[in-house]
Amino acid sequence: MKTAVVLLPGLNRDRDMIAALRSISGVEPLTVWQTETAIPPVNLIVVPGGFSYGDYLRCGAIAARSPVMQAVAAEAARGVPVLGVCNGFQILCEAGLLPGALMRNTSLKFVCREVKLEVVTNRTRFTSGYAEGQIIRCPVAHHDGNYFADEATLERLHGEGQVVFRYAEGTNPNGAVRDIAGIVSESGNVMGLMPHPENLVEPEHGGTDGCGIFESVLGLGQKVAA
Amino acid sequence: MSDIAITPDLIAAHGLKPDEYERILTLIGREPTITELGIFSAMWNEHCSYKSSKRWLRTLPTTGARVIQGPGENAGVVDIGDGDCVVFKMESHNHPSFIEPYQGAATGVGGILRDVFTMGARPVAAMNALRFGAPDHPKTRHLVAGVVAGVGGYGNSFGVPTVGGEVNFHPRYNGNCLVNAFAAGLAKTDAIFYSKAEGVGLPVVYLGAKTGRDGVGGATMASAEFDETIEEKRPTVQVGDPFTEKCLLEACLELMQTGAVIAIQDMGAAGLTCSAVEMGAKGDLGIELDLDRVPVREAAMTAYEMMLSESQERMLMVLKPEKRQEAEAIFVKWGLDFAIVGRTTDDLRFRILWEGREVANLPIKQLGDEAPEYDRPWIEPVPAKVIHAADLAEPADYGAAILRLVGSPDLSSRRWVFEQYDTLIQGNSLQRPGGDAGVVRVDGHATKALAFSSDVTPRYCEADPYQGGAQAVAECWRNLTAVGATPLAATDNLNFGNPEKPEIMGQLVKAIEGIGTACRALDFPIVSGNVSLYNETFGQAILPTPTIGGVGLIEDRSRTARIGGMASGDVLLMIGREGSHLGSSIYLREIEGREDGAAPLVDLAEEKRHGDFVRSLIQAGRVAACHDLSDGGLAIAIAEMCMASGIGATLAPGRGLLHAWLFGEDQGRYVVAVSPATADAVTAECNAAGIPCHTVATAGGDALILPGRFSVALADLTVAHESWFPNYMAGEIAETPAAA
Repeated sequence: MKTAVVLLPGLNRDRDMIAALRSISGVEPLTVWQTETAIPPVNLIVVPGGFSYGDYLRCGAIAARSPVMQAVAAEAARGVPVLGVCNGFQILCEAGLLPGALMRNTSLKFVCREVKLEVVTNRTRFTSGYAEGQIIRCPVAHHDGNYFADEATLERLHGEGQVVFRYAEGTNPNGAVRDIAGIVSESGNVMGLMPHPENLVEPEHGGTDGCGIFESVLGLGQKVAA
Repeated sequence: MSDIAITPDLIAAHGLKPDEYERILTLIGREPTITELGIFSAMWNEHCSYKSSKRWLRTLPTTGARVIQGPGENAGVVDIGDGDCVVFKMESHNHPSFIEPYQGAATGVGGILRDVFTMGARPVAAMNALRFGAPDHPKTRHLVAGVVAGVGGYGNSFGVPTVGGEVNFHPRYNGNCLVNAFAAGLAKTDAIFYSKAEGVGLPVVYLGAKTGRDGVGGATMASAEFDETIEEKRPTVQVGDPFTEKCLLEACLELMQTGAVIAIQDMGAAGLTCSAVEMGAKGDLGIELDLDRVPVREAAMTAYEMMLSESQERMLMVLKPEKRQEAEAIFVKWGLDFAIVGRTTDDLRFRILWEGREVANLPIKQLGDEAPEYDRPWIEPVPAKVIHAADLAEPADYGAAILRLVGSPDLSSRRWVFEQYDTLIQGNSLQRPGGDAGVVRVDGHATKALAFSSDVTPRYCEADPYQGGAQAVAECWRNLTAVGATPLAATDNLNFGNPEKPEIMGQLVKAIEGIGTACRALDFPIVSGNVSLYNETFGQAILPTPTIGGVGLIEDRSRTARIGGMASGDVLLMIGREGSHLGSSIYLREIEGREDGAAPLVDLAEEKRHGDFVRSLIQAGRVAACHDLSDGGLAIAIAEMCMASGIGATLAPGRGLLHAWLFGEDQGRYVVAVSPATADAVTAECNAAGIPCHTVATAGGDALILPGRFSVALADLTVAHESWFPNYMAGEIAETPAAA
């Protein structure tokens, strides 16, 4: 199972993501620097979290225009699974690979805590290992996780089964519209989510609820019947 | 050489006393240039020279079997075995944070992180000890909001987990908040980098961000008291850029792997001046800098401004010339400046060239390690009078008192604060804020972890600086022990008032004596630190606040304890004497509205005996939960364990006066939760070892109960505990609830 992790200056959960991919896939991920214009064939490309280029403009806006993101877009167009977590989700939205935008948390503060996520659909490449409606634990750590899209887009996302994760049990930490925590592209191979599944993949993390995403997309582990 | 006349006013504005200026004249045999005056001011101020404290700091124990590097470098280094070491330090950013809370706190975090990675260590944990004025002071809420956002803003973006810290409120910090930032990193013992330059004629390289006018004179500002001109000091505060710092971290660690680095020093206080002088003076070398080669972000900067700028995210390095291309390529890759700005010389002079002429030529040793040193007069503090618990009335309603205490400004939950910090980035945080110590896995090691705690009880230090200093060390050591760690070493951040006042100097002297005595007794050496003096506003000093940041080692991280985790039926044993001491306690302050009375005595032999016993229980896997006893005594410790475990407890009263038993702040004590099957054996072992051990409660139910006296629902405890901070920050608490 080959994976690749995009490296941009200012990202800081790249090491967490690399460790998670290493332990779950059993193979050391490739890393792809910001200036690369091509990505070797892999089973999954991940854009990890952090503060790319300091996020001094809109979150993810500068990163979305880096050379490597053109390569990510090209791979996504070929159907390669792409996962964006936190800043990675923001970057994928800014790059136009996912609809909508991530605004400042309604609290106007950074928030780091554990939330509950509802697996809205398991009919995606990223969630087939979960049961539909399953509630999982997952940490968040962000300042700009308040997902927003216009009504028409939201209706389409819901209608097409593109809303993948929703904050559950009143744990929405950022004011995201309709409690949206993660969405998948229309083509189904690009997913972005604000929470950090890579920080909940070992017993020493306090749980392994985050493993399902990686196991699903990499075709590993136990499948749960739909 | 200079167009600016050196007048007595100008000398005074640089914080130099007339006798210090005389010393400069004697040293160089002529009037200094304005640039030279600035350099002396930067090097000889209290912040950089430790001139008032050095004599006393020398008395601290700084060595030990595991100590690789003690004070005097960017950070202390302690061996943790298997070729790994932990590199750590704590440093204050008090004055800047009061003037501009967000940037002051942010650059405090940035500065301490840089100290750690300058030595070749990747930062793995941060803590922050914050002290603010009274909650009802008009400035406090603004400072809390700004400082917490600044700490988070920098640390979160840089990517280090904040795993612990302290937040306290007291009117004595109304005009002078404290922001003490701690950072720790991991390095290999054979790849530690130092600031001592070696070799003549080698290139001195400037790395990182460009130099601007921000922070000019910051270190001198930090060595003065505050008055009504404070608002004019805002331009002396630097602006932080955590993105550049993160790039600088990665670039420096890559660079160090190439073998190109001979010496490296970050630019902190007094920027280019201090870093260059330290590298040269330590290596017995001169340094020549050509300022025309310094990367600048503003036009027409003078030599004076460049030498005193405190622009952040900069480093100075002595480079192996043959590695230049390789080194430069790394910095280009990370989008950072790389410029050869000078060279090492053999003449022990610090020479500055600017616009083709020499604007400074000074003896480097006298600027640096041979700077002036004072033996300031001091008077022995008179410890506060003992208050006997028998002379204090019991509270009318014990249940109400407990609720009041868990919801008081100093004891309430800090969730509002620590949820603004990324506490789990890097994926190694085993225990996050809210317990006795933060615990972080040693990345890449199968079983090891490190524990971190930051502690001091300023009201004890005010009542008795010696006992207070010792207590700060003891409590830190105890908190590390309470998670099952073996305390290794500590860093100290000594925050005091104006040392030119003999009574303040007396506080400093006695606190250091207390710290030294405790560190020796507990085998807990001080390996790094920082002194912050002149913490006064309109002549009113802060409470003496010697913050201790400690690091402990956990060999087997499957055998630790935490504050939560009690199960129904678990027996709570108190290790240590029964509570009797209410002087200077939180109870006395919050319930009786009094802040007097002697500080509790610290019996260091007892502290060690009890701690070693508790640690052995934890390491043997016999403890379900553990908590040290500190602010608020036994009642608050058990209440906190109940809240963390989501289960109630029924207390079994001990001997003596009930209010002292519940709320006394006697030292050297822990509560451990053990299974009923284990309790008798543990008690017997304590008896055999001569360690006091009392069954104080049984876990179960959904309330904290003392039969016949009080019953407080767990839900009510939690609401009281969790609501004070968010309500206060939302502006819903206009006045401090203290003082009935």
